[in-house]
Amino acid sequence: MLHNLKDIQHTASLVTKVFIQRDYSEGTVCRFQTKFPTELNNKIERALLEQTVKTLNLYYMEAEKVGGQSYLEGCLACATAYIVFFCMETRYEKVLKKISGYIQEQNEKIYAPRGLLLTDPIERGMRVLEISIFEDQGSSGSSPSSGMSSCSTAR
Amino acid sequence: MSAVMITRKVRKWEKLPGKNTFCCDGRVMMARQKGIFYLTLFLIIGTCSLFFAFECPYLAVHLSPAIPVFAVVLFLFVMAMLLRTSFSDPGVLPRALPEEANFIEMEIEAANGNVPSGQRPPPRIRNVQINNQIVKLKYCYTCKIFRPPRASHCSICDNCVDRFDHHCPWVGNCVGKRNYRYFYLFTLTLSLLTIYIFAFDIVHVVMRSVDQGFLNTLKETPGTVLEVLVCFFTLWSMVGLTGFHTYLISLNQTTNEDIKGSWSGKNRGQNPYSHKNIIKNCCEVLCGPTYPSVLDRRGLMQEDSPTLVTSEGPCSFDNPVAQTTKTTAPLIPNEHTPEDVKPSIAASAEKSPSPKEDHSPAPKLPPLASPETDVETSIVKNH
Repeated sequence: MLHNLKDIQHTASLVTKVFIQRDYSEGTVCRFQTKFPTELNNKIERALLEQTVKTLNLYYMEAEKVGGQSYLEGCLACATAYIVFFCMETRYEKVLKKISGYIQEQNEKIYAPRGLLLTDPIERGMRVLEISIFEDQGSSGSSPSSGMSSCSTAR
Repeated sequence: MSAVMITRKVRKWEKLPGKNTFCCDGRVMMARQKGIFYLTLFLIIGTCSLFFAFECPYLAVHLSPAIPVFAVVLFLFVMAMLLRTSFSDPGVLPRALPEEANFIEMEIEAANGNVPSGQRPPPRIRNVQINNQIVKLKYCYTCKIFRPPRASHCSICDNCVDRFDHHCPWVGNCVGKRNYRYFYLFTLTLSLLTIYIFAFDIVHVVMRSVDQGFLNTLKETPGTVLEVLVCFFTLWSMVGLTGFHTYLISLNQTTNEDIKGSWSGKNRGQNPYSHKNIIKNCCEVLCGPTYPSVLDRRGLMQEDSPTLVTSEGPCSFDNPVAQTTKTTAPLIPNEHTPEDVKPSIAASAEKSPSPKEDHSPAPKLPPLASPETDVETSIVKNH
């Protein structure tokens, strides 16, 4: 039986955590490395994780883009002595909400069924993308789970 | 005597390590020493009050009412920028949680290989290439992270700050990625305000002296002397500081990098963060995106603390002390480790850290809260 997001927190126990580090090759913009961690070799397909990380990188690039919209936002805010920020959500905050929704969706669809859980980087200071690896405890409540990797490939 | 488990919700700022002070339930974040900040406030508000009291009535009548109006606008802008700089999170990087710290330690160990005992392990540095320039990322032993490029650890606030510029005692806070533009605008507008007040003080004295004579003028508006003195000394320092930061912004450098000479001298022209274009650099620093705080000061967290309750009644609580995050990362001896600690570290390093955690974390033993602490308490009897 594959996990869903709620099951994972009640029946599974945490084995270890893997941390995907920041990629600073393009400067200080927020980007994560697409290098595949070896600990996840049998847990998830490379392409899926790479796709997740690439999408996140695109979101962050959109948030940090220095262009017409950010200039407008900056100048308008400056003209109002930045008081407008008390009433208005900045572009970055809007994108962060989108990212949070995306991570939730990815967890529900892809990662939880494989016994993994992504943590939003903002909760780790935007330093790492934390992936928690869970294993079924085999408690009486849940149905017996066959090997997670075989289940995921059978899908 | 019975043991009870107190589960309470606290705001995350109450448990943040580092030497910051928080006000307004976590909305305001400053350094511990605020004395010089209060002096700054006093000087600005005091001088402007004298200006509005003594000079403005005369100038509004004899020259133009726009003069005090513009002064008010400038004053409000200066205060807004000062308070924004002082009260906001400069870009503090949260410390690594134990699992992350462990993970990094294991990576370092793997990279270093076998270090013969008695020899120092190599310094913890990661090299990254940014725009064809090798940048060294240093490891922070306090925060247990490899600092991102341009980040630095502020010893006064005991935090790593992203794009660390400097710690400014005049604003009572660090200046970093998130509040650098407010700091720059503060210095710029304060310079303008100082020049404005100084100029109109002179105009006022001259105009009034023509009518009444110099000494009478000073008798009628004694505040003028004080204002002129304060403005004269402030002017040179503020204009100089604004000029210096304008120079830094045009090169996309921080004060920290300038002092260390990271991109000057033999490294001149190699700043990998600069766009090599003054306009682009200015736009990025002043009109770039507004970064959110990653600290989540006002988030709620559960805290379990076991406590013994005597039959006479609730026990007295200790004063709440901001709890430093205790990490369980195994320490690897390095040049900073005191000599007497090394043998015990070596002994504990042999025990491999167990990665398997309980589903509910083991209860920590933080200092007990006092009844004045604004938290919800629900007492759960221990079975």
